[in-house]
Amino acid sequence: MSRDRFAHALNDALDDAMARDPSVVLLGEDIANAGGSFAVTRGLHDKYGSRRVMDMPIAENAIAGMAVGLALGGFKPVIEIMFMDFMTLTMDALVNQAAKLHFMFGGQGAVPLVVRTQHGGGLNAGPQHSQCLEAWFAHVPGLKVVVPAMHDDAYALLQSAIDDPNPVIFVENKALYPMRGTRSKVVAPVPLGKARIARAGSDVTIVTYGAMVHRALEAAETLQAEGINAEVIDLRTVQPWDEAAVLESLSRTHRLVVAHEAVEAFGVGAEIAARMAQVGFDELDGPIVRVGGAFMPVPFARTLEVEYMPGAAQIVAAVRATEG
Amino acid sequence: MDAEAKPRVKGRNSSVPDLVELYRRMALIREAETQCGAMFAAGEIPGFIHLSDGQEGVSVGVMASLRRDDTIASSHRGHGHALAKGLSLEGFFAELMGKASGACKGRGGSMHVADLAVGMLGANGIVGGGLSIALGSGLAQKLRGGDSLAVCFFGDGACAEGLLHECLNIAKLKHIPVLFVCENNGWSEFSPTSTQVSFTLERLAAAYAVTYRSCDGSDVEVVAHLTAEVVAKCRQDGGPAVLEFATTRIRGHYEGDSQRYRNDLAPPVDPLTVARDRLLAQGTGEGTVSAIEGDVREQVHKAVEFARSSALPTLESAALDVYRAIAR
Repeated sequence: MSRDRFAHALNDALDDAMARDPSVVLLGEDIANAGGSFAVTRGLHDKYGSRRVMDMPIAENAIAGMAVGLALGGFKPVIEIMFMDFMTLTMDALVNQAAKLHFMFGGQGAVPLVVRTQHGGGLNAGPQHSQCLEAWFAHVPGLKVVVPAMHDDAYALLQSAIDDPNPVIFVENKALYPMRGTRSKVVAPVPLGKARIARAGSDVTIVTYGAMVHRALEAAETLQAEGINAEVIDLRTVQPWDEAAVLESLSRTHRLVVAHEAVEAFGVGAEIAARMAQVGFDELDGPIVRVGGAFMPVPFARTLEVEYMPGAAQIVAAVRATEG
Repeated sequence: MDAEAKPRVKGRNSSVPDLVELYRRMALIREAETQCGAMFAAGEIPGFIHLSDGQEGVSVGVMASLRRDDTIASSHRGHGHALAKGLSLEGFFAELMGKASGACKGRGGSMHVADLAVGMLGANGIVGGGLSIALGSGLAQKLRGGDSLAVCFFGDGACAEGLLHECLNIAKLKHIPVLFVCENNGWSEFSPTSTQVSFTLERLAAAYAVTYRSCDGSDVEVVAHLTAEVVAKCRQDGGPAVLEFATTRIRGHYEGDSQRYRNDLAPPVDPLTVARDRLLAQGTGEGTVSAIEGDVREQVHKAVEFARSSALPTLESAALDVYRAIAR
């Protein structure tokens, strides 16, 4: 059976991490017998048993807090929060407790927990099952935020997240789960905080992450037909983000677009644009242009959501706008 | 011990220290809290502090049954818990003064004193915030095997927090060795808890089928013996329990609280007075008791002097601990 879907890469990452490290335990809603709402944990309960793959009641706040206690107790908990929208219910445990303990205890201990969750529209899931809230977590000192786009990266980044001694918010995209892709037999480790050049180009840099990487690659093909050679940077990690890689690309292309599915206002793109306007000012030949969701909740109706979702067309338009 | 002291009658549980020792531990906390109040008033301790005067019987009585490998998560009124669990007096005062030699290098202060080496997982600035951390810690101990357990201290005000309900449910479902210890002082910060909580903790525990026990928290011996019994059962069968102790919050919610809202019907019951009177009645001489009080004053004085003479922390060193470095 081919295991070429995005969800398979994540499942294999969890499996391999659990096989090599007995301190890795999974907690979440419907992750054991049911195998997870999106089947990412399928088979792991059968393989590792109820002591390492624990179904939890619908109590996100307690689950996240328990992960903190487990992490302080020498375990590496990986919790699943079914939809990123439900992360609102975990905020105290993650923001006030997990993110700050190492710092506010004067460097004592570590909180090596991973929160796996998924964001994104496209499934008509409506305003409370589609949000991309990664910027909230990137704003909190002490948290790391990872958003993979490619199969091998999903595998490698999840392993790095599990091995990291800090709390990591690992954001998957629900639209990517069924996507088929190429998977390497042996995947090289990918450290958190390192971007990759998803497509090399010379005329404009498109910085993005997660599912939007695929939209950016489509946009780059469209632009190529017009004679514009776009470089696509896949951040992979949003916090800490690879400022050096973005600056290096900008210093070659001199134009910058930052694109994400999350609401544009006060988003990850705002941070990147502000930093590049400062440290890359001399490299810029035009305005930095952002692409992001409109400032409204993600609408439900098929027609509304299609119109709402930023995609390749918006990225192409943004690249043109960098011409000033 | 004085020549005049008579041997005291053994309590119901021989693992509980005698009242002289329990009194010594309570007196140390009281002396520390008294110093904190004075230093706060003098501007030597910044921020917000919440003193635990009146609740020493719970800190000392519960901790008498805990081992170093048991963990506790505490509340914003956590000084007594921290000291009773073994956090050093020097580290405590230096932390409250914001010194580099503090238990948390001056990053956390009163509401975040912690010492992971003695199983003290931190005071907490969020009401009820330690509940799920203790639950997870208890789960960690269960998964590791052995008979250690986790304890969460919380006030009656935290009964209104949803997290308590989530944690009781999970503790029962997953059979986690965690003790939920409520210090019921009748006050939810500035409001009587009777106006904030519509149920009793006893009935709440019953709803989750979790063992519930309660007693007078101002009698350290009663607290210690009840806790010893509940802890022994928890170590044996591994499940959760709720302990509720009736206590008095002698001071305000925080230091500087004018307490104009305060309308306590009963006069405060001071666990120090209860224990001291009993010691004297049982024949422990005034000399012994005074010597204990002198000893703890000296200990606290030394710790305060250590803290006063300690260096201030640098922001550069704080910045190094925002993230834990990845081991190579």
